[in-house]
Amino acid sequence: MSKQTLTRALPLFTGVLFIALWYLANFLLSSERKFLLPQPHLILQAFHDQGPSLWSAALNTLRGAFLGFGLAVSGSFVVALILSLTPLVRASLYPYLMIMQMTPIIVIAPILILWAGPGLVSVTVITFLICFFPMVVNTTQGLISTDRNLVDLFRMCKATKRQEIFLLRVPAALPYFFTGLRIAATLAPIGAIVGDFYAGNSAGGQGGLGFLTIIYSSQFKMPALFATAVTSCALGFLFASAVIALSWLSMHKWHDSYSRADS
Amino acid sequence: MPPIVEFKQVEKRYGEGPVILDRISFTAERGDFIALIGPSGCGKSTILKLISGLSPLSGGSVAVDGMEPDNALEELAFVFQEPTLLPWLTVQKNVEVPLRLRSTRADRRSDLATKSLALVGLSERAGYYPRQLSGGQKMRVSIARALSLSPKILLLDEPFGALDEMTRDHLNEELLAIREQKAWTAFFVTHSVAEAVFLSNRIFVLSANPGRLHREVAVDLPYPRTEETRQSARYQSLVAEVSKLLRSVERNQL
Repeated sequence: MSKQTLTRALPLFTGVLFIALWYLANFLLSSERKFLLPQPHLILQAFHDQGPSLWSAALNTLRGAFLGFGLAVSGSFVVALILSLTPLVRASLYPYLMIMQMTPIIVIAPILILWAGPGLVSVTVITFLICFFPMVVNTTQGLISTDRNLVDLFRMCKATKRQEIFLLRVPAALPYFFTGLRIAATLAPIGAIVGDFYAGNSAGGQGGLGFLTIIYSSQFKMPALFATAVTSCALGFLFASAVIALSWLSMHKWHDSYSRADS
Repeated sequence: MPPIVEFKQVEKRYGEGPVILDRISFTAERGDFIALIGPSGCGKSTILKLISGLSPLSGGSVAVDGMEPDNALEELAFVFQEPTLLPWLTVQKNVEVPLRLRSTRADRRSDLATKSLALVGLSERAGYYPRQLSGGQKMRVSIARALSLSPKILLLDEPFGALDEMTRDHLNEELLAIREQKAWTAFFVTHSVAEAVFLSNRIFVLSANPGRLHREVAVDLPYPRTEETRQSARYQSLVAEVSKLLRSVERNQL
Protein backbone atom coordinates (compact mmCIF):
# COMPACT_ATOMS: atom_id res chain seq x y z
CA MET A 1 0.00 0.00 0.00
CA SER A 2 1.49 3.35 -1.02
CA LYS A 3 2.01 6.09 1.55
CA GLN A 4 -0.58 8.25 -0.22
CA THR A 5 -3.26 5.52 -0.09
CA LEU A 6 -2.42 4.90 3.55
CA THR A 7 -2.75 8.63 4.33
CA ARG A 8 -6.22 8.62 2.74
CA ALA A 9 -7.35 5.36 4.33
CA LEU A 10 -6.23 6.16 7.88
CA PRO A 11 -8.95 8.74 8.74
CA LEU A 12 -11.61 6.32 7.42
CA PHE A 13 -10.16 3.54 9.51
CA THR A 14 -10.11 5.82 12.61
CA GLY A 15 -13.78 6.68 11.98
CA VAL A 16 -14.82 3.04 11.71
CA LEU A 17 -12.85 2.22 14.87
CA PHE A 18 -14.51 5.11 16.72
CA ILE A 19 -18.01 3.91 15.79
CA ALA A 20 -17.14 0.35 16.81
CA LEU A 21 -15.88 1.59 20.19
CA TRP A 22 -19.11 3.59 20.55
CA TYR A 23 -21.20 0.44 20.08
CA LEU A 24 -18.93 -1.41 22.50
CA ALA A 25 -19.33 1.32 25.14
CA ASN A 26 -23.13 1.18 24.71
CA PHE A 27 -23.02 -2.60 25.03
CA LEU A 28 -21.03 -2.35 28.28
CA LEU A 29 -23.46 0.13 29.88
CA SER A 30 -26.15 -1.22 32.16
CA SER A 31 -29.62 -1.34 30.57
CA GLU A 32 -30.99 1.64 32.56
CA ARG A 33 -28.02 3.82 31.55
CA LYS A 34 -27.90 2.85 27.87
CA PHE A 35 -30.01 5.87 26.92
CA LEU A 36 -27.10 8.18 27.91
CA LEU A 37 -25.04 7.00 24.94
CA PRO A 38 -27.49 6.18 22.14
CA GLN A 39 -26.23 3.86 19.42
CA PRO A 40 -25.18 5.63 16.20
CA HIS A 41 -28.04 4.11 14.17
CA LEU A 42 -30.53 5.60 16.68
CA ILE A 43 -28.98 9.01 16.08
CA LEU A 44 -29.45 8.48 12.32
CA GLN A 45 -33.04 7.55 13.04
CA ALA A 46 -33.44 10.81 15.03
CA PHE A 47 -32.22 12.71 11.98
CA HIS A 48 -35.01 11.09 10.03
CA ASP A 49 -37.69 11.68 12.69
CA GLN A 50 -36.69 15.21 13.66
CA GLY A 51 -35.54 16.23 10.16
CA PRO A 52 -37.92 19.19 9.61
CA SER A 53 -37.29 20.63 13.12
CA LEU A 54 -33.53 20.23 12.79
CA TRP A 55 -33.50 21.75 9.31
CA SER A 56 -35.57 24.75 10.34
CA ALA A 57 -33.50 25.29 13.51
CA ALA A 58 -30.24 24.97 11.56
CA LEU A 59 -31.44 27.61 9.08
CA ASN A 60 -32.37 29.97 11.93
CA THR A 61 -28.97 29.50 13.57
CA LEU A 62 -27.24 29.89 10.22
CA ARG A 63 -29.07 33.18 9.64
CA GLY A 64 -27.95 34.60 13.00
CA ALA A 65 -24.42 33.25 12.60
CA PHE A 66 -24.09 34.62 9.08
CA LEU A 67 -25.42 38.06 9.97
CA GLY A 68 -23.27 38.38 13.11
CA PHE A 69 -20.20 37.06 11.30
CA GLY A 70 -20.70 39.40 8.33
CA LEU A 71 -21.18 42.42 10.57
CA ALA A 72 -18.12 41.44 12.64
CA VAL A 73 -15.93 41.09 9.54
CA SER A 74 -16.94 44.44 8.04
CA GLY A 75 -17.03 46.26 11.40
CA SER A 76 -13.67 44.89 12.52
CA PHE A 77 -12.09 45.93 9.23
CA VAL A 78 -13.17 49.55 9.71
CA VAL A 79 -12.09 49.56 13.39
CA ALA A 80 -8.73 47.93 12.50
CA LEU A 81 -8.14 50.62 9.85
CA ILE A 82 -8.80 53.34 12.44
CA LEU A 83 -6.60 51.58 15.03
CA SER A 84 -3.76 51.25 12.54
CA LEU A 85 -3.63 54.97 11.79
CA THR A 86 -1.55 56.09 14.79
CA PRO A 87 -0.11 54.51 17.95
CA LEU A 88 -2.04 57.17 19.88
CA VAL A 89 -5.43 55.85 18.70
CA ARG A 90 -4.33 52.29 19.47
CA ALA A 91 -3.15 53.24 22.95
CA SER A 92 -6.49 54.96 23.66
CA LEU A 93 -8.80 52.18 22.47
CA TYR A 94 -6.90 48.90 22.78
CA PRO A 95 -7.21 48.41 26.56
CA TYR A 96 -11.00 48.75 26.36
CA LEU A 97 -11.23 46.34 23.46
CA MET A 98 -9.19 43.84 25.46
CA ILE A 99 -11.45 44.28 28.52
CA MET A 100 -14.50 43.62 26.35
CA GLN A 101 -12.82 40.56 24.86
CA MET A 102 -11.98 39.19 28.31
CA THR A 103 -15.60 39.35 29.48
CA PRO A 104 -17.24 35.93 28.85
CA ILE A 105 -20.08 36.11 26.34
CA ILE A 106 -22.19 33.83 28.55
CA VAL A 107 -22.30 36.66 31.11
CA ILE A 108 -23.07 39.37 28.59
CA ALA A 109 -25.75 37.40 26.71
CA PRO A 110 -28.59 37.87 29.28
CA ILE A 111 -27.87 41.62 29.45
CA LEU A 112 -28.02 41.90 25.66
CA ILE A 113 -31.30 40.02 25.56
CA LEU A 114 -32.79 42.42 28.07
CA TRP A 115 -31.60 45.29 25.89
CA ALA A 116 -32.46 44.00 22.43
CA GLY A 117 -35.21 41.53 23.26
CA PRO A 118 -35.25 37.84 22.32
CA GLY A 119 -34.92 36.71 18.72
CA LEU A 120 -32.68 37.25 15.73
CA VAL A 121 -31.34 40.66 16.78
CA SER A 122 -29.91 39.33 20.06
CA VAL A 123 -28.50 36.21 18.38
CA THR A 124 -26.83 38.40 15.75
CA VAL A 125 -25.36 40.76 18.35
CA ILE A 126 -23.98 37.87 20.43
CA THR A 127 -22.41 36.30 17.33
CA PHE A 128 -21.02 39.68 16.33
CA LEU A 129 -19.37 40.16 19.74
CA ILE A 130 -17.77 36.74 19.81
CA CYS A 131 -16.36 37.11 16.25
CA PHE A 132 -15.41 40.78 16.36
CA PHE A 133 -12.37 40.78 18.69
CA PRO A 134 -10.18 38.11 17.09
CA MET A 135 -10.83 39.83 13.77
CA VAL A 136 -9.88 43.29 15.05
CA VAL A 137 -6.74 42.09 16.82
CA ASN A 138 -5.44 40.12 13.84
CA THR A 139 -6.33 42.65 11.16
CA THR A 140 -4.81 45.55 13.15
CA GLN A 141 -1.64 43.55 13.66
CA GLY A 142 -1.48 42.90 9.92
CA LEU A 143 -2.05 46.54 9.01
CA ILE A 144 0.76 47.77 11.27
CA SER A 145 3.24 45.03 10.34
CA THR A 146 3.89 46.18 6.78
CA ASP A 147 7.53 45.92 5.68
CA ARG A 148 9.19 49.22 6.60
CA ASN A 149 11.13 49.32 3.32
CA LEU A 150 7.93 48.99 1.30
CA VAL A 151 6.41 51.89 3.22
CA ASP A 152 9.56 53.92 2.46
CA LEU A 153 9.30 52.95 -1.20
CA PHE A 154 5.70 54.19 -1.31
CA ARG A 155 6.66 57.42 0.43
CA MET A 156 9.55 58.00 -1.96
CA CYS A 157 7.07 57.68 -4.81
CA LYS A 158 4.87 60.29 -3.13
CA ALA A 159 2.05 57.80 -2.61
CA THR A 160 -1.09 59.25 -1.04
CA LYS A 161 -2.27 57.86 2.32
CA ARG A 162 -5.12 56.19 0.46
CA GLN A 163 -2.69 54.46 -1.93
CA GLU A 164 -0.50 53.40 0.98
CA ILE A 165 -3.49 51.84 2.74
CA PHE A 166 -5.24 50.15 -0.16
CA LEU A 167 -2.33 49.21 -2.42
CA LEU A 168 0.08 48.24 0.33
CA ARG A 169 -1.16 47.85 3.89
CA VAL A 170 -4.44 46.07 3.19
CA PRO A 171 -3.05 43.39 0.84
CA ALA A 172 -0.02 42.94 3.12
CA ALA A 173 -2.43 42.34 6.02
CA LEU A 174 -4.37 39.59 4.17
CA PRO A 175 -2.59 36.64 5.85
CA TYR A 176 -3.35 38.16 9.29
CA PHE A 177 -6.92 38.94 8.21
CA PHE A 178 -7.50 35.33 7.20
CA THR A 179 -6.04 34.06 10.48
CA GLY A 180 -8.64 36.17 12.29
CA LEU A 181 -11.32 35.08 9.84
CA ARG A 182 -10.62 31.39 10.51
CA ILE A 183 -10.92 31.91 14.27
CA ALA A 184 -14.11 33.95 13.80
CA ALA A 185 -15.58 31.32 11.45
CA THR A 186 -15.29 28.61 14.09
CA LEU A 187 -16.72 30.97 16.72
CA ALA A 188 -19.69 32.23 14.65
CA PRO A 189 -21.91 29.09 14.96
CA ILE A 190 -20.93 28.82 18.64
CA GLY A 191 -22.01 32.44 19.19
CA ALA A 192 -25.29 31.90 17.35
CA ILE A 193 -26.07 28.73 19.31
CA VAL A 194 -25.26 30.44 22.63
CA GLY A 195 -27.53 33.26 21.47
CA ASP A 196 -30.29 30.77 20.60
CA PHE A 197 -29.85 29.11 23.94
CA TYR A 198 -30.68 32.35 25.71
CA ALA A 199 -32.69 34.31 23.21
CA GLY A 200 -34.11 31.89 20.70
CA ASN A 201 -36.86 30.41 22.86
CA SER A 202 -39.17 33.40 22.69
CA ALA A 203 -38.97 33.89 18.97
CA GLY A 204 -42.42 32.53 18.28
CA GLY A 205 -41.29 28.94 17.90
CA GLN A 206 -38.65 29.97 15.37
CA GLY A 207 -35.71 29.10 17.60
CA GLY A 208 -32.39 27.78 16.40
CA LEU A 209 -30.24 24.84 17.44
CA GLY A 210 -29.64 26.25 20.94
CA PHE A 211 -33.38 26.40 21.52
CA LEU A 212 -33.82 22.87 20.19
CA THR A 213 -31.11 21.68 22.62
CA ILE A 214 -33.13 23.03 25.55
CA ILE A 215 -36.31 21.29 24.34
CA TYR A 216 -34.68 17.92 23.65
CA SER A 217 -32.75 17.89 26.94
CA SER A 218 -35.91 18.68 28.91
CA GLN A 219 -37.58 15.73 27.13
CA PHE A 220 -34.55 13.42 27.58
CA LYS A 221 -34.46 12.84 23.82
CA MET A 222 -30.83 11.75 23.76
CA PRO A 223 -30.62 10.62 20.10
CA ALA A 224 -32.19 13.93 19.03
CA LEU A 225 -29.71 15.82 21.23
CA PHE A 226 -26.83 14.01 19.55
CA ALA A 227 -28.36 14.75 16.15
CA THR A 228 -28.49 18.45 17.13
CA ALA A 229 -24.81 18.29 18.13
CA VAL A 230 -23.90 16.75 14.76
CA THR A 231 -25.90 19.44 12.95
CA SER A 232 -24.10 22.16 14.92
CA CYS A 233 -20.80 20.58 14.01
CA ALA A 234 -21.82 20.58 10.33
CA LEU A 235 -22.60 24.30 10.58
CA GLY A 236 -19.15 24.98 12.01
CA PHE A 237 -17.65 22.90 9.24
CA LEU A 238 -19.57 24.90 6.64
CA PHE A 239 -18.24 28.20 7.97
CA ALA A 240 -14.67 26.97 8.33
CA SER A 241 -14.69 25.43 4.83
CA ALA A 242 -16.01 28.63 3.27
CA VAL A 243 -13.24 30.65 4.90
CA ILE A 244 -10.54 28.14 3.94
CA ALA A 245 -11.79 28.26 0.34
CA LEU A 246 -11.82 32.06 0.33
CA SER A 247 -8.34 32.17 1.82
CA TRP A 248 -7.09 29.78 -0.86
CA LEU A 249 -8.69 31.82 -3.63
CA SER A 250 -7.12 35.04 -2.35
CA MET A 251 -3.63 33.83 -1.54
CA HIS A 252 -2.70 30.51 -3.13
CA LYS A 253 -0.88 32.11 -6.03
CA TRP A 254 1.50 34.19 -3.97
CA HIS A 255 1.61 33.28 -0.30
CA ASP A 256 4.36 31.01 0.99
CA SER A 257 1.96 28.95 3.09
CA TYR A 258 0.56 27.45 -0.12
CA SER A 259 3.89 26.88 -1.86
CA ARG A 260 4.42 23.25 -0.87
CA ALA A 261 0.94 22.19 -1.92
CA ASP A 262 1.20 23.94 -5.29
CA SER A 263 4.77 23.26 -6.37
CA MET B 1 24.80 73.03 -13.55
CA PRO B 2 24.79 72.17 -9.81
CA PRO B 3 26.49 68.99 -8.57
CA ILE B 4 24.13 66.01 -8.55
CA VAL B 5 24.53 65.58 -4.76
CA GLU B 6 26.18 67.92 -2.30
CA PHE B 7 26.62 67.35 1.45
CA LYS B 8 27.78 70.33 3.53
CA GLN B 9 28.72 69.72 7.17
CA VAL B 10 25.89 67.20 7.50
CA GLU B 11 25.03 65.99 10.98
CA LYS B 12 22.56 63.30 11.90
CA ARG B 13 21.35 61.98 15.21
CA TYR B 14 18.13 60.16 16.09
CA GLY B 15 16.33 62.05 18.85
CA GLU B 16 18.61 62.54 21.83
CA GLY B 17 20.74 59.55 20.80
CA PRO B 18 24.42 59.60 19.84
CA VAL B 19 25.68 61.40 16.72
CA ILE B 20 25.38 59.03 13.74
CA LEU B 21 26.98 61.30 11.13
CA ASP B 22 29.41 64.03 12.13
CA ARG B 23 30.05 66.96 9.78
CA ILE B 24 30.11 65.01 6.52
CA SER B 25 30.90 67.02 3.39
CA PHE B 26 31.32 65.82 -0.19
CA THR B 27 30.24 66.58 -3.72
CA ALA B 28 29.11 63.93 -6.19
CA GLU B 29 29.39 64.68 -9.90
CA ARG B 30 27.03 63.38 -12.55
CA GLY B 31 27.92 59.84 -13.57
CA ASP B 32 29.88 59.07 -10.39
CA PHE B 33 29.61 55.58 -8.98
CA ILE B 34 30.31 56.06 -5.29
CA ALA B 35 30.77 53.09 -2.99
CA LEU B 36 30.23 53.66 0.73
CA ILE B 37 32.16 51.28 2.93
CA GLY B 38 32.89 51.16 6.63
CA PRO B 39 32.22 49.27 9.85
CA SER B 40 28.68 48.63 11.09
CA GLY B 41 27.07 51.73 12.56
CA CYS B 42 29.18 54.19 10.54
CA GLY B 43 26.06 55.69 8.93
CA LYS B 44 26.40 54.37 5.37
CA SER B 45 22.68 53.64 5.00
CA THR B 46 21.84 56.89 6.78
CA ILE B 47 23.61 58.82 4.00
CA LEU B 48 21.28 57.17 1.47
CA LYS B 49 18.25 58.01 3.62
CA LEU B 50 19.32 61.64 3.80
CA ILE B 51 19.74 61.85 0.03
CA SER B 52 16.30 60.30 -0.47
CA GLY B 53 14.65 62.56 2.11
CA LEU B 54 13.46 59.54 4.10
CA SER B 55 15.22 60.87 7.17
CA PRO B 56 15.45 64.52 8.31
CA LEU B 57 18.79 66.26 8.85
CA SER B 58 20.03 67.29 12.29
CA GLY B 59 22.48 69.86 10.91
CA GLY B 60 24.19 71.07 7.74
CA SER B 61 22.62 70.81 4.30
CA VAL B 62 21.98 68.29 1.55
CA ALA B 63 21.26 69.34 -2.02
CA VAL B 64 20.14 66.94 -4.74
CA ASP B 65 20.53 68.41 -8.20
CA GLY B 66 20.43 71.83 -6.52
CA MET B 67 17.17 71.06 -4.67
CA GLU B 68 16.04 70.00 -1.23
CA PRO B 69 15.88 66.15 -1.16
CA ASP B 70 12.08 66.26 -0.67
CA ASN B 71 11.71 68.17 -3.93
CA ALA B 72 14.03 65.87 -5.86
CA LEU B 73 12.24 62.57 -5.24
CA GLU B 74 11.44 62.14 -8.93
CA GLU B 75 15.15 62.01 -9.70
CA LEU B 76 15.82 59.14 -7.30
CA ALA B 77 15.29 55.41 -7.06
CA PHE B 78 16.14 53.17 -4.14
CA VAL B 79 17.22 49.52 -4.11
CA PHE B 80 16.96 48.06 -0.62
CA GLN B 81 19.03 45.38 1.08
CA GLU B 82 16.11 42.94 0.66
CA PRO B 83 14.25 42.73 -2.66
CA THR B 84 11.15 44.24 -0.92
CA LEU B 85 8.76 43.08 -3.60
CA LEU B 86 5.00 42.97 -3.11
CA PRO B 87 4.39 39.21 -2.92
CA TRP B 88 0.79 39.44 -4.13
CA LEU B 89 1.76 41.06 -7.43
CA THR B 90 3.43 39.48 -10.43
CA VAL B 91 6.93 40.51 -11.43
CA GLN B 92 5.53 42.81 -14.14
CA LYS B 93 3.08 44.48 -11.74
CA ASN B 94 5.82 44.87 -9.11
CA VAL B 95 7.97 46.78 -11.56
CA GLU B 96 4.98 48.95 -12.43
CA VAL B 97 4.25 49.93 -8.79
CA PRO B 98 6.36 53.13 -8.59
CA LEU B 99 5.09 54.21 -12.01
CA ARG B 100 1.52 53.65 -10.90
CA LEU B 101 2.13 55.72 -7.77
CA ARG B 102 3.51 58.49 -9.95
CA SER B 103 0.32 58.36 -12.05
CA THR B 104 1.98 57.11 -15.24
CA ARG B 105 -0.60 56.01 -17.86
CA ALA B 106 -1.29 52.27 -17.89
CA ASP B 107 0.05 51.59 -21.42
CA ARG B 108 3.21 53.63 -20.79
CA ARG B 109 3.62 51.88 -17.43
CA SER B 110 3.47 48.48 -19.00
CA ASP B 111 5.89 49.51 -21.75
CA LEU B 112 8.47 50.91 -19.30
CA ALA B 113 8.21 47.86 -17.03
CA THR B 114 8.68 45.50 -19.98
CA LYS B 115 11.80 47.40 -21.08
CA SER B 116 13.18 47.41 -17.53
CA LEU B 117 12.67 43.67 -17.17
CA ALA B 118 14.41 43.13 -20.50
CA LEU B 119 17.38 45.14 -19.17
CA VAL B 120 17.82 42.75 -16.25
CA GLY B 121 17.14 39.69 -18.40
CA LEU B 122 13.86 38.69 -16.80
CA SER B 123 11.35 39.25 -19.61
CA GLU B 124 10.25 35.62 -19.54
CA ARG B 125 9.49 35.82 -15.81
CA ALA B 126 7.08 38.79 -16.10
CA GLY B 127 4.04 36.70 -15.14
CA TYR B 128 5.69 34.95 -12.19
CA TYR B 129 5.08 35.76 -8.54
CA PRO B 130 8.08 36.69 -6.35
CA ARG B 131 7.94 33.41 -4.43
CA GLN B 132 8.63 31.56 -7.70
CA LEU B 133 11.97 33.36 -8.17
CA SER B 134 15.46 32.75 -6.77
CA GLY B 135 17.13 35.30 -4.47
CA GLY B 136 19.21 36.70 -7.35
CA GLN B 137 16.17 37.00 -9.63
CA LYS B 138 14.19 38.81 -6.94
CA MET B 139 17.00 41.31 -6.58
CA ARG B 140 17.05 41.80 -10.35
CA VAL B 141 13.33 42.60 -10.24
CA SER B 142 14.04 45.11 -7.50
CA ILE B 143 16.69 46.75 -9.72
CA ALA B 144 14.31 46.70 -12.71
CA ARG B 145 11.67 48.42 -10.55
CA ALA B 146 14.15 51.16 -9.66
CA LEU B 147 15.33 51.56 -13.27
CA SER B 148 11.77 51.81 -14.62
CA LEU B 149 11.67 55.29 -13.12
CA SER B 150 14.64 56.36 -15.29
CA PRO B 151 16.32 57.89 -12.23
CA LYS B 152 19.22 60.33 -12.33
CA ILE B 153 20.45 58.88 -9.03
CA LEU B 154 20.30 55.25 -7.99
CA LEU B 155 20.68 54.53 -4.27
CA LEU B 156 21.62 50.92 -3.53
CA ASP B 157 21.72 49.82 0.11
CA GLU B 158 23.85 46.67 0.11
CA PRO B 159 21.59 45.04 -2.46
CA PHE B 160 23.67 41.90 -3.03
CA GLY B 161 24.70 41.29 0.59
CA ALA B 162 22.48 38.24 1.06
CA LEU B 163 23.52 36.52 -2.18
CA ASP B 164 26.24 33.94 -2.77
CA GLU B 165 29.53 35.19 -4.19
CA MET B 166 29.05 33.90 -7.74
CA THR B 167 25.60 35.45 -8.07
CA ARG B 168 26.90 38.66 -6.55
CA ASP B 169 29.82 38.88 -9.05
CA HIS B 170 27.45 38.19 -11.89
CA LEU B 171 24.98 40.85 -10.77
CA ASN B 172 27.83 43.36 -10.32
CA GLU B 173 28.80 42.86 -13.96
CA GLU B 174 25.15 43.15 -15.04
CA LEU B 175 24.71 46.35 -13.06
CA LEU B 176 27.69 47.96 -14.79
CA ALA B 177 26.48 46.72 -18.20
CA ILE B 178 23.08 48.37 -17.60
CA ARG B 179 24.84 51.54 -16.51
CA GLU B 180 26.60 51.66 -19.89
CA GLN B 181 23.12 52.22 -21.38
CA LYS B 182 21.64 54.44 -18.66
CA ALA B 183 24.13 56.85 -17.17
CA TRP B 184 22.80 57.34 -13.64
CA THR B 185 24.84 58.41 -10.65
CA ALA B 186 25.06 55.64 -8.08
CA PHE B 187 25.55 55.47 -4.33
CA PHE B 188 26.27 51.90 -3.36
CA VAL B 189 26.50 50.74 0.24
CA THR B 190 28.51 47.56 0.69
CA HIS B 191 30.56 45.56 3.18
CA SER B 192 32.62 43.99 0.40
CA VAL B 193 35.86 45.75 -0.54
CA ALA B 194 36.14 43.71 -3.76
CA GLU B 195 32.62 44.76 -4.79
CA ALA B 196 33.32 48.41 -3.98
CA VAL B 197 36.50 48.45 -6.08
CA PHE B 198 34.92 46.57 -8.98
CA LEU B 199 31.89 48.84 -9.28
CA SER B 200 32.87 52.35 -8.32
CA ASN B 201 35.06 55.21 -9.46
CA ARG B 202 35.11 56.67 -5.94
CA ILE B 203 35.12 54.87 -2.60
CA PHE B 204 34.20 56.67 0.62
CA VAL B 205 35.70 54.89 3.61
CA LEU B 206 33.73 55.84 6.71
CA SER B 207 34.63 55.49 10.38
CA ALA B 208 32.07 54.83 13.11
CA ASN B 209 31.02 56.37 16.46
CA PRO B 210 30.46 58.95 15.20
CA GLY B 211 30.27 58.35 11.44
CA ARG B 212 32.88 60.41 9.64
CA LEU B 213 34.26 60.42 6.13
CA HIS B 214 37.66 58.91 6.94
CA ARG B 215 39.17 58.81 3.45
CA GLU B 216 38.19 58.91 -0.20
CA VAL B 217 39.88 56.51 -2.63
CA ALA B 218 39.76 57.19 -6.37
CA VAL B 219 39.37 54.02 -8.41
CA ASP B 220 41.15 54.63 -11.70
CA LEU B 221 40.21 51.34 -13.39
CA PRO B 222 38.72 51.95 -16.85
CA TYR B 223 35.08 51.07 -17.67
CA PRO B 224 33.70 48.75 -18.95
CA ARG B 225 34.88 46.37 -16.25
CA THR B 226 34.82 42.64 -16.76
CA GLU B 227 36.13 39.45 -15.20
CA GLU B 228 39.59 40.43 -16.51
CA THR B 229 39.42 43.58 -14.40
CA ARG B 230 39.35 41.38 -11.32
CA GLN B 231 42.58 39.68 -12.43
CA SER B 232 44.47 42.96 -13.03
CA ALA B 233 47.30 44.04 -10.73
CA ARG B 234 45.78 47.50 -10.28
CA TYR B 235 42.49 46.01 -9.08
CA GLN B 236 44.33 43.77 -6.63
CA SER B 237 46.40 46.65 -5.25
CA LEU B 238 43.28 48.83 -4.83
CA VAL B 239 41.52 46.02 -2.96
CA ALA B 240 44.58 45.72 -0.71
CA GLU B 241 44.70 49.48 -0.16
CA VAL B 242 41.01 49.79 0.76
CA SER B 243 41.15 46.68 2.97
CA LYS B 244 44.11 48.19 4.84
CA LEU B 245 42.21 51.46 5.30
CA LEU B 246 39.17 49.59 6.55
CA ARG B 247 41.28 47.59 9.00
CA SER B 248 42.86 50.75 10.36
CA VAL B 249 39.40 52.33 10.79
CA GLU B 250 38.15 49.25 12.65
CA ARG B 251 41.30 49.09 14.80
CA ASN B 252 40.90 52.73 15.83
CA GLN B 253 37.32 51.97 16.77
CA LEU B 254 38.49 49.22 19.14
